[in-house]
Amino acid sequence: MPPSFQLPSSVASDPGSPAPVARDRILKLGVVGVAGGFFSGVFGVGGGSVIVPLLVLWLGYNQLEAAATSLAAIALIAAFAAALQGIYGNLRFADGLLVGVPAMGGVMIGAWLARRLPHGTLGLIFAAVLLAAAIELVLQ
Amino acid sequence: MIGVIAIGVAGGVIAGLMGVGGGVLFVPGLVIFVSLSQHEAEATSLLAIVPVAALGAYSHDRHQNVRRGEALRVGLFALAGVAGGVALANALSGAVLRVAFAALLVLVAAQMVRDVIRQR
Repeated sequence: MPPSFQLPSSVASDPGSPAPVARDRILKLGVVGVAGGFFSGVFGVGGGSVIVPLLVLWLGYNQLEAAATSLAAIALIAAFAAALQGIYGNLRFADGLLVGVPAMGGVMIGAWLARRLPHGTLGLIFAAVLLAAAIELVLQ
Repeated sequence: MIGVIAIGVAGGVIAGLMGVGGGVLFVPGLVIFVSLSQHEAEATSLLAIVPVAALGAYSHDRHQNVRRGEALRVGLFALAGVAGGVALANALSGAVLRVAFAALLVLVAAQMVRDVIRQR
């Protein structure tokens, strides 16, 4: 670990001083990282569904901070995992960019729509889409 | 190529809409509509996630919601987990990995339904 971290003061357990993060907190962050990284590596997803709840339940994050911090970690995690998968010969680099770059625009549209559409019905539709995809994967 | 871009846009819109990561949509999209193998789809999804997560992190960081030091720590510790996870994925056959992924999708769907019910 690089020793030169500058943590925001809100993170330090003692709010008065820029004290180093307590050892057990670092250990917990390590477990969160290893668990999230493993999940990401096995399934090819970001790992947010593991990291976010752990940050909330175990490290006292609120939901927004957990989502935000997990995204920053995921950018690193997914880059490592993609590079490793590249070594195994599985990475389609051009396809990855063709999915990922347009998806940046898609996410912005989605976040804009989310503030304007009824959330409950969308959740059920989304769940149905995921179930259909699951069935299709099993049948392939 | 149009199909691949469409997966990106559609996956991104749904991810932004539902507050989930793009990966659960990119992987099945690439397998079902672009006929990548499960392993290729997972690898390619991981690369696609990088710009999406970076953009999300950047926009949250502008509102000071990212705990930068801790995010970096989680990301660096994750290297060990990533190495193990990618090795496991590559040790499994495509069929096993596909079924495991399908199970993951069912879990995410169940979580989604539970959230909807709780909000009512």
